[in-house]
Amino acid sequence: MEITMKKQYVIFEMDTQNFGIDIQSVQIIERMKSIMRVPKSPVAIRGVMNLRGEIIPVIDIRTLFKMPPLGATEFTRIMIIRMEDSMVGFIVDKVKEVLDIEPGQIEGISTMQGKIDSSYIIGVGKVTNGEEIVTLLNHDRLVEVAFGIQE
Amino acid sequence: MDMSQYLQIFIEESKENLQSLNEKLLQLEEEPNNIDVLNVIFRVAHTLKGMAGTMGFMRMQSLTHSVENVLSEIRNGKLTVTSEMLDILFQCLDALENYVENIINTSSEGEESYTNLIQQLEDILAGRVTHEPIEEEDDGYVDYSPASPLNVDDEFELPESVNFVRNQALDSGMNVYKISVLLSTSCMLKAARAFIIFSDLGPLGEVIHAIPSVQDIEDEKFEQEFTLIFTTDESHEKLQQMIMTVAEVDGVTVEALGHSKVRVEEVAPEEVAQPKPVAAPTKPAVAEAPPKPAAPPTTTPPAAGGEGAGATKQQVTGKSVRVNIDRLDTLMNLVSELIIVKTQLEGISHEDLSNNSESNYSDSVEYLERITTSLHDAVMKVRMVPVETVFNRFPRMIRDVSRKLGKNIDLVMSGEETELDRTVVDEIGDPLIHLLRNAADHGLETTKDRISLDKPEKGTIQLRAYQDGNSVVIEVEDDGKGIDPQAIKRKAIEKGDISREVLDSMSDQEIIDLLFRPSFSTAEKITDLSGRGVGLDVVKSKIITLGGTVEIDTVLGKGSKFIVRLPLTLAIIQALMVNISAEKYAIPLSNIQNIENIHKGEIKLVQNQEVIVLRNQVIPVIRLDSILELEASNNETLIVVVVKKGEKQVGFVVDSLIGQQEIVIKPLGKYLTNIHMIAGATILGNGEVALILDINTLV
Repeated sequence: MEITMKKQYVIFEMDTQNFGIDIQSVQIIERMKSIMRVPKSPVAIRGVMNLRGEIIPVIDIRTLFKMPPLGATEFTRIMIIRMEDSMVGFIVDKVKEVLDIEPGQIEGISTMQGKIDSSYIIGVGKVTNGEEIVTLLNHDRLVEVAFGIQE
Repeated sequence: MDMSQYLQIFIEESKENLQSLNEKLLQLEEEPNNIDVLNVIFRVAHTLKGMAGTMGFMRMQSLTHSVENVLSEIRNGKLTVTSEMLDILFQCLDALENYVENIINTSSEGEESYTNLIQQLEDILAGRVTHEPIEEEDDGYVDYSPASPLNVDDEFELPESVNFVRNQALDSGMNVYKISVLLSTSCMLKAARAFIIFSDLGPLGEVIHAIPSVQDIEDEKFEQEFTLIFTTDESHEKLQQMIMTVAEVDGVTVEALGHSKVRVEEVAPEEVAQPKPVAAPTKPAVAEAPPKPAAPPTTTPPAAGGEGAGATKQQVTGKSVRVNIDRLDTLMNLVSELIIVKTQLEGISHEDLSNNSESNYSDSVEYLERITTSLHDAVMKVRMVPVETVFNRFPRMIRDVSRKLGKNIDLVMSGEETELDRTVVDEIGDPLIHLLRNAADHGLETTKDRISLDKPEKGTIQLRAYQDGNSVVIEVEDDGKGIDPQAIKRKAIEKGDISREVLDSMSDQEIIDLLFRPSFSTAEKITDLSGRGVGLDVVKSKIITLGGTVEIDTVLGKGSKFIVRLPLTLAIIQALMVNISAEKYAIPLSNIQNIENIHKGEIKLVQNQEVIVLRNQVIPVIRLDSILELEASNNETLIVVVVKKGEKQVGFVVDSLIGQQEIVIKPLGKYLTNIHMIAGATILGNGEVALILDINTLV
């Protein structure tokens, strides 16, 4: 993904780490709703939910990031991400804020340590004078990984 | 110039016009002397020509023009209708349909110009010459040779509408020039150059015609050269100088044009009224292009235009439904009532609720319920289209088939006004064509046989549609030889896939149903119409995917009847809601045979497969909880939902039944397409989602 100008990112927390997704692709943020499990679906797919009459799949980001499971808390949110012609929900621990991040603040990553598959990471943004870091995600790729779609 | 907004209208109307041409030509065949029918045909053909011309589909226009010439001669009594002539006219119709097909798929009419058809039409016209001397006023027709629009030479042809404008301009003292621009071979952005020329010419006069069409020029669909017909008050030197100043232009020829040979007035009286609207679309082309005399060779404006055109090309036209305005009014009324209820509910404040004025509240909810039900009905009605849209192409098909087979066939249709969901109507055409062809080819005897059997010489095929409860029935009935169960039996033994004992134990009806098995054809000889054995099983599977059924009713020697039963709509079905472990699932009611309470001990194991014996039948049992990866239940009595697919019965174990419910089927979306046992999802009353089990893949 090309980074040329200042963008706004929705910052959310997963297991004390901060992640960001381009605000342009976030349709709406919902509180936790009932989700119907779909048998035989990929492991990171929690199921399907009803978003105003439309059935949309929901991805459990914790499972996808191989983080330990955590039950729904009062902060758990479903971020509805707008894809090309459909929508997908991401279950996240907590939605924190919206931040402006300039391209200069973003550092590319060559290899990311840890268990997270790095193909959906755009880079790492340094915010609040470099005190905190935010991992910026490519949501398209994230969805592809979750559904096991090859590049 | 963006034509995409008109394209949809053009396609819809062309289809309608072609259909009515088809019908009227059939009628003309019956009554060759009916002048009213002929007038209608002529009028429709004329409209078609005008529309094709407006949209810049030159080949289509020129073919229609030739057809119109022939029709006009018939109307003037100079030609008589022969069946050969009708054959050619029908072929022309097919060609026109091909053009429309191409336009739907690619937004362009394609390269085929059907010169042989045009030639044949001209031969018909020429045939007239041998009988009668040519009259002066016909010069227009003879002169008009439908040249390919790209083939530009001195004697190039212009559409009548353009000639009309050209003659008018000349009459009012303006100059009409033919400007041929040759772009340099190194020119990369031809459309951009053309655009600059167009905008330079804009302030000076009017481009009344372009070869190739303005759309094609914008799309860069030309080689190095394009030609414009331009009306202006300016001198021809000035034009030449001006265009030569545009970069990358290799040469310009500007020729003054005189009056056109084809005098518009002589062609047809209707023509005079036509030119304005026909010529109109070329005018905005100039008006739209803002005059930018000092435009630097920037690519931006034409590129934007090119993009728009590119989008049109990919945009394969979407499905649409024509809706009666009354139905929309009903919908509108219901929506306004909905707003009233909303206001009512808002009016009931919390105090009212606690002050036990419950009745007010429940009144409103009841009202709301009534409205939603009617709203649902109204929306479903909007999606409904009459089966006529499918039926109306059959008379023509039967005509062709009967000529091919040398049989005399009468097609009697009824109930064309019966309505079905648009999605079903779209899919039902092919199976019906198949059944009709079968009836014509295998059902009906040859004329000779019919006479010897003392049957009326003309075979009759009846096509009936009617609504029966929540389904629509379509029947295809012939008065032919009927189906002989013995012949099917012999064939089955011959094929060897069913043993004689099994066959002997089958009833006649069961044997006839064997016809629906794959690769089963009893036709003695294979024709190109039917009999290759890839027939009825395809018909059946198609109808089943539409949620319908098909049956055969036949009397040997008297005829056979195929009865197709279709659901009114696909989007809403009756389903049985069940609990499996803690989850709710829906099973389509149409699949369910019966529901049984079975004690745990009644389940037996046969070759590691759990089965139950029900009324002397062994039915395999599938535990849905294990298939759906749920916790197994440990109940003493099991509820088994017995489902039937074809001849096969399977019992599904569920935990408890919730009840029958009407559900709206929703797709799971593109990301979850490979989960075969789930047919979709539905939203329950409480907003939760329940999955619909796909019984066909589970059995």
